[in-house]
Amino acid sequence: MSAMTDDAAGFEPDAGLVPSEAKIARREMVGQLLRSKTFIIGNVIVGFWVFWALAGSSLTPHDPLEQTPAILQAPNTTYWFGTDQFGRDILSRVLAGATTVLTVAPLATLLAIVCGTAIGLITGYFGGIADETISRIVDAVLALPLVVIAVTVLTALGTSNMALIVVIGLIFTSPVARTVRATVLGERRLDYVQAAQLRGERAPYIMSVEILPNIAGPIVVEGTVRLGYAIFAVAGLTFLGFGVQPPSPDWSLQISENYTLLTAGTYWWTVLFAGLAIATLVIGVNLVADGLQQVVDQ
Amino acid sequence: MTETVADRQHAPHALELEDLDVIYRVRGKDLQVIREVTLHVKRGEAYGLVGESGCGKSTIALAIVNYLPRNGRVRSGGIRIDGRDALTLSGRELRELRSNAVSMVYQNPGAALNPSIRVGKQVAEVFSIRGASDDEASDRAREALVRVQIADPASVMGRYPHQLSGGMQQRVVIAMALAVDPALLILDEPTTGLDATVEAEVLDLVAGLQAELHTSVLFISHNLGIIRKMCDRVGVLYAGSLVEEAETAEVLADPRHPYTVGLLRCVPRGGVRKDHGRLDTIPGFMPNVGEVLPGCVFAGRCTLAVERCRVEAPEAHQLGDSHVSRCHFHEQASTLPREMRADLALPAVDRTAEPLLRFDELGKVFKQQGHEVHALVGVSAAIWSGETLGLVGESGSGKTTLARSLLGIVAPTSGAVTLDGRELAATLKGRGSDDMRALQIVFQNPDSALNRRHSVGKIMRRSLKKLAGLTGSAARTRMLELMSSVRLAERYVSAPPGKLSGGLKQRVAIARAFAGDPKLVVCDEPTSALDVSVQAAILNLLVELQAEKRVSYLFISHDLGVVRYISDRIAVLYLGRLQEIGPADVVFEGPHHPYTEALLSAVPTIDGGGRDRIRLDGEIPSAADPPSGCVFHTRCPRKVGPICEEQEPPLVDVEQAHAMRCHIPLEELRRLQVKEPEAVA
Repeated sequence: MSAMTDDAAGFEPDAGLVPSEAKIARREMVGQLLRSKTFIIGNVIVGFWVFWALAGSSLTPHDPLEQTPAILQAPNTTYWFGTDQFGRDILSRVLAGATTVLTVAPLATLLAIVCGTAIGLITGYFGGIADETISRIVDAVLALPLVVIAVTVLTALGTSNMALIVVIGLIFTSPVARTVRATVLGERRLDYVQAAQLRGERAPYIMSVEILPNIAGPIVVEGTVRLGYAIFAVAGLTFLGFGVQPPSPDWSLQISENYTLLTAGTYWWTVLFAGLAIATLVIGVNLVADGLQQVVDQ
Repeated sequence: MTETVADRQHAPHALELEDLDVIYRVRGKDLQVIREVTLHVKRGEAYGLVGESGCGKSTIALAIVNYLPRNGRVRSGGIRIDGRDALTLSGRELRELRSNAVSMVYQNPGAALNPSIRVGKQVAEVFSIRGASDDEASDRAREALVRVQIADPASVMGRYPHQLSGGMQQRVVIAMALAVDPALLILDEPTTGLDATVEAEVLDLVAGLQAELHTSVLFISHNLGIIRKMCDRVGVLYAGSLVEEAETAEVLADPRHPYTVGLLRCVPRGGVRKDHGRLDTIPGFMPNVGEVLPGCVFAGRCTLAVERCRVEAPEAHQLGDSHVSRCHFHEQASTLPREMRADLALPAVDRTAEPLLRFDELGKVFKQQGHEVHALVGVSAAIWSGETLGLVGESGSGKTTLARSLLGIVAPTSGAVTLDGRELAATLKGRGSDDMRALQIVFQNPDSALNRRHSVGKIMRRSLKKLAGLTGSAARTRMLELMSSVRLAERYVSAPPGKLSGGLKQRVAIARAFAGDPKLVVCDEPTSALDVSVQAAILNLLVELQAEKRVSYLFISHDLGVVRYISDRIAVLYLGRLQEIGPADVVFEGPHHPYTEALLSAVPTIDGGGRDRIRLDGEIPSAADPPSGCVFHTRCPRKVGPICEEQEPPLVDVEQAHAMRCHIPLEELRRLQVKEPEAVA
């Protein structure tokens, strides 16, 4: 028996291999996600709010901006969630209130992911002085309380959704950059990076074509986690008056308009439902993140 | 613990497995991984379980201690430890069994020890659990460490695991395992991550303790040499089935199963060299995990298999007292066709010509926490066109740093590398595409060397574009040529590396290295992550490529049999200094440098016999603080006197083409290292 047939025979048991092997791997991953309860429940919750953000006021039982004489009514059969001090239907306002936060927070997260990935790749891949310098700046940003920087910058820039996106996006660039840098450091030690260098590849190619696809999973997870925090940040800054302005039905705006009523009496419904809405959205996003994390970590 | 040796001989077997079936449930399907394994370990006996990766060795170990992964379970059959049925125990009884009757030592001692608890406390814990007071536990921990020949137990006890070397860590783990005087000690590849000299010491220690304590041992290994050294009887496991079992010496001398025959043949031994012919391989792959095999489990790869083998499972044929083979044709097993053709026209190496690659006085200093670590010190050698220079040495000897300096991945601190008479730039940045094409590498671990997100085709085409300037259909043609020369079928073009076996991945890596017709390929332990049967195929491939393309190799390996097979000349590194360099046969046959001698004697071989083990004292010194004089003097068994501590011997030619760094004259070494005739396979 010759070496030739020897080795050729060796391939047979693997014969199940078909050209779309990569697709099968991807399908396996999707399959795993679809079996994950966390991921499914998270998506249902987030999907619910995305639906209402897109539908806006067109499907709500009442016009969320329409003022009626029925002010500060407790939840009842007409107004399930009650009415606020201007007689507006709180159920309609809660349903329609997702729009701003679901526009600003994802865009801010996207900005953070793009900038953070670029910085993380560069610092992680090159190391040395560039890494030292940039990483110290990143650490410095992380050390400052988010609200302090945001409020300062937004006061200077003026309030607009765009300003909110830029400020939150840039602040969140720091944690993303740190996560990506750590992941790149792990990949950089692998021999395929050296193999690429040994055939004369340049750094941008190695970073974007060789390393990036291998760290896509952790980046997606980081993005989802960061989205949860971004929702908090947008809500907080809007509450403080740096986001959308009245009479928008935005959740945190509702809370900021009505929280004084909590001290005046028992008008809890003016605040509670908007608060619950924010909470469910953040929990939903985090469930999605957990589901993704489990699959990516395997 | 009060029982005597005599009592033990009348007691039940330490371990009995009876028709053991283990299954893993994967995606709703039951995959059978252990098929009706029956074996027993007698009292005081060392039983070796040998087989390649995926054969189920570790699964058996896990089943014995009832520690199978969540999706695994024993479907049928019995496990009795020390006469007790291990499968029907309650949680408490099981805990008791694990703490009293069975101990297990795993491959990676670093992972078996808790990194945040001092060693002394961890060892003492074993005794505290059994009711000893703190002081008593601590005293007994010290005794346990003394028992595993740790010279300075007090200081070791105060340290954290990461402050110990791998060999010391494994000693600590063994100390803990033996602390309870177990009825059965399971050792699962206990020395696989260790250097040859350290491995030898750990094996000596285990053998000594086993003889002293009459512990029953189940020794799991893929290395037949180690099994020969350590075990009284051996079972050969293939695809979850015990295909052969006998006294160790009998299996090695008279294997009666074609798989055992193949396994013994594919290991380069007995001084076989590439010009003697190809290595035998075992064709094909192990069946997929859980594959339904109605006939003999080995039929798919057996060149002797006939129709009967595929349909009828062979029973366990009893041959003599204790020899069992599951082969219908066990009496013909040794007639398995061989493959030792010497039809390769290996390039004739002309050493009067200018060498292909030369490195002069290469030095590399790393800065580590303010210390200077001399990874390489004045290393000079040359590699001629078409030859293989083998590079051996323990970890930390600078092998990899040397290879990476030549490739330009790390810049040497001093010295120069010349290729075809031209001095190369220190790093890749300064090297042109011709230089890059000329020097390539095959890494140790193909998993890490191939980008797991790129298909085989993408990996190959990119290399062809960068190294050979080929694109489009020219690249495709060349890619298929390269793939066929490493025996990779075309259908793998679109496969991601993750779907290939280790051997196939390594073929892709080799094909990639040859994309630009390199002049020198650095092979950095290219087969140490592979099973022996796959290793033989890869070594054959490398030799064929050398014959065909006149390529030179710098071949790094800790496996001396492999190095001897493939190398024309061999260089021995110790602490970053070249200790010896010369023709492979001369370096192996001696007289050789005392360090080379120690390395050679440390390796357990299948043939066995021949050499007495030369013990190396102590640990490899730190490269940050190398010994004065000859750097080897702290461990050298042939140290002659103060001169070794005071003066570093120069590297001088002791005979034709053979250079050595030792104060002892060659003739004296020849006299000391009286050669005993080596067994030839």
